[in-house]
Amino acid sequence: MRPKWVGHSWGVLAWFCGLVFFAPVAWMFLTSLHSESDAATNPPSLLAPLTLEGYGEFFDAGAWPPLLNSFSASIGSTIIVLLLAIPAAYALSIRPVEKWTDVLFFFLSTKMMPVVAALLPIYLIAQFSGMLDNISFLTLLYTSMNLPIAVWLMRSFLSEVPKEILEAASIDGAGLLVILRRVVAPIAMPGIAATALICFIFSWNELLFARVLTGVVAGTAPVYLTGFVTSQGLFLAKVCAAAVVVSLPVLIAGFAAQDKLVQGLSLGAVK
Amino acid sequence: MAVMTQARPDTDDRPPPVPRKKVNRWATRAPLLPALIFLIIVTQLPFVATLVISFMKWNSLDPTNRGFAGIDNYVNVFTDPDLRSSVVNTIVLTASVVLISLVLGLGLALLLDKKFAGRGLVRTLLIAPFLVVPVAAALIWKHVLYNPEYGLFNGILNWLGFEAQPDWISSMPMTAVVLSLVWQWTPFMMLILLAGLQSKPVEPVEAATIDGASSFQIFRYLTFPHLRQYLELGGLLGSIYVVQNFDAVFTITSGGLGTANLPYMIYQTFYQAHEYGEASAAGVIVVAGSIIIATFALRTVSSLFKEEKR
Repeated sequence: MRPKWVGHSWGVLAWFCGLVFFAPVAWMFLTSLHSESDAATNPPSLLAPLTLEGYGEFFDAGAWPPLLNSFSASIGSTIIVLLLAIPAAYALSIRPVEKWTDVLFFFLSTKMMPVVAALLPIYLIAQFSGMLDNISFLTLLYTSMNLPIAVWLMRSFLSEVPKEILEAASIDGAGLLVILRRVVAPIAMPGIAATALICFIFSWNELLFARVLTGVVAGTAPVYLTGFVTSQGLFLAKVCAAAVVVSLPVLIAGFAAQDKLVQGLSLGAVK
Repeated sequence: MAVMTQARPDTDDRPPPVPRKKVNRWATRAPLLPALIFLIIVTQLPFVATLVISFMKWNSLDPTNRGFAGIDNYVNVFTDPDLRSSVVNTIVLTASVVLISLVLGLGLALLLDKKFAGRGLVRTLLIAPFLVVPVAAALIWKHVLYNPEYGLFNGILNWLGFEAQPDWISSMPMTAVVLSLVWQWTPFMMLILLAGLQSKPVEPVEAATIDGASSFQIFRYLTFPHLRQYLELGGLLGSIYVVQNFDAVFTITSGGLGTANLPYMIYQTFYQAHEYGEASAAGVIVVAGSIIIATFALRTVSSLFKEEKR
């Protein structure tokens, strides 16, 4: 057999790669906990005293309204997506309509259209109907952005419900609602939760629509972050604190649902 | 229908199937309709409007001079050197980000497929870049890593005793954008390829090992063919997302220094230059390009999909 050190060296290499990829994230955390003058030294100061000043400044500068806007747009659109996607996925998997594969591919094809191609008409509609800078309008757009992925995902999760159990339940005389509640729901629940997380992450991350369609009132967290794009001088700790706070919900959700995240991003094609 | 019933006398004793069937058909379709109608209204109709506007002369700063423009906007898009270079930038950016992150992702997936202490933790560390909000990630690269005076890269050079303190973004703008995106997308490729590796059947590998196959032969003839469709899937999904990238270009270079890609260019043409017609024409061209990619993408996904149905 191979000598033991060969196996160890793969592990060491993997650890090295992992740390290299994680270093910018770790550095972001560390810098966010330094004072502005310690953050901007060259060579970098690893051992400078820790402080929460950066976070204090970030929240004092009015970070709450954009964060709350992001939460309401992301959670609102996720709920509407689930309400629309679950029945649609049911019609595509458990009791399939005829030509269901065509319908499924139509959903996917809408996702492949670059959003920039629809940006202008959507902006004009928002302008004419007085919905510019309005968080409800953004919520509806995020719903349409996530709906195709949610339908695909939910379909692949619902297809995992074994046909035999469904047949057995209906032979036993269970009605549709009972089957849905007792048989389908328990099996599909983790899938529904994963779909919800993925929709939340995509809405939370979105910048282009939010940047064009919102302004003072309805600006989201990513739009708020663009305020730092050209900032010069000693703002490193504040920029890092902002990046940490805005990324935190996604980091938590993503770490919690690592496997489902892959499945979601690959539209359920990878199990 | 009456003809059919006559042709099949054995169904005579059953209740007439026609009305029931009709109700059923609508009952199975009904759950699908809200989602379908919503998507058609919100995604398809705006594109029709884009198509119409692309043939119009329309600058919102010059409202009296609006009208039919024919193919002028398309001619402008194709002759404008800025727009042409944004097409090239889009291709360069997408191809390099997708290819580099696929190769790195494959290497990392192969490493993580081996058993070693703390494998779960390394996997979690590797996923982190993908979970940082894209604008936040781009900001970190711009201000915290690339900054020539107090960025981490030059800090490390200084630490190691090098005199050179390059200005990364202005000396290599495209590479700077690509590098930050490769950092974000490698974990995605790794996750998909790792899922592929872990779904690989064990028996053929064991049989090949017994037959004396080298580990390179096993990779070349067993692992790689199995991974192929996952590589295709990663490449195509990566392309769909990276082609549309706006956040990194907008944040790191603000489209300057020859890094503007099509999404950024369209954003600027419409939002800052107020050239609605030209922006729409560029949008239509992007869609035409995407349809070409999407055709391949759908074919790949549907081949995966057939396998699942089998």
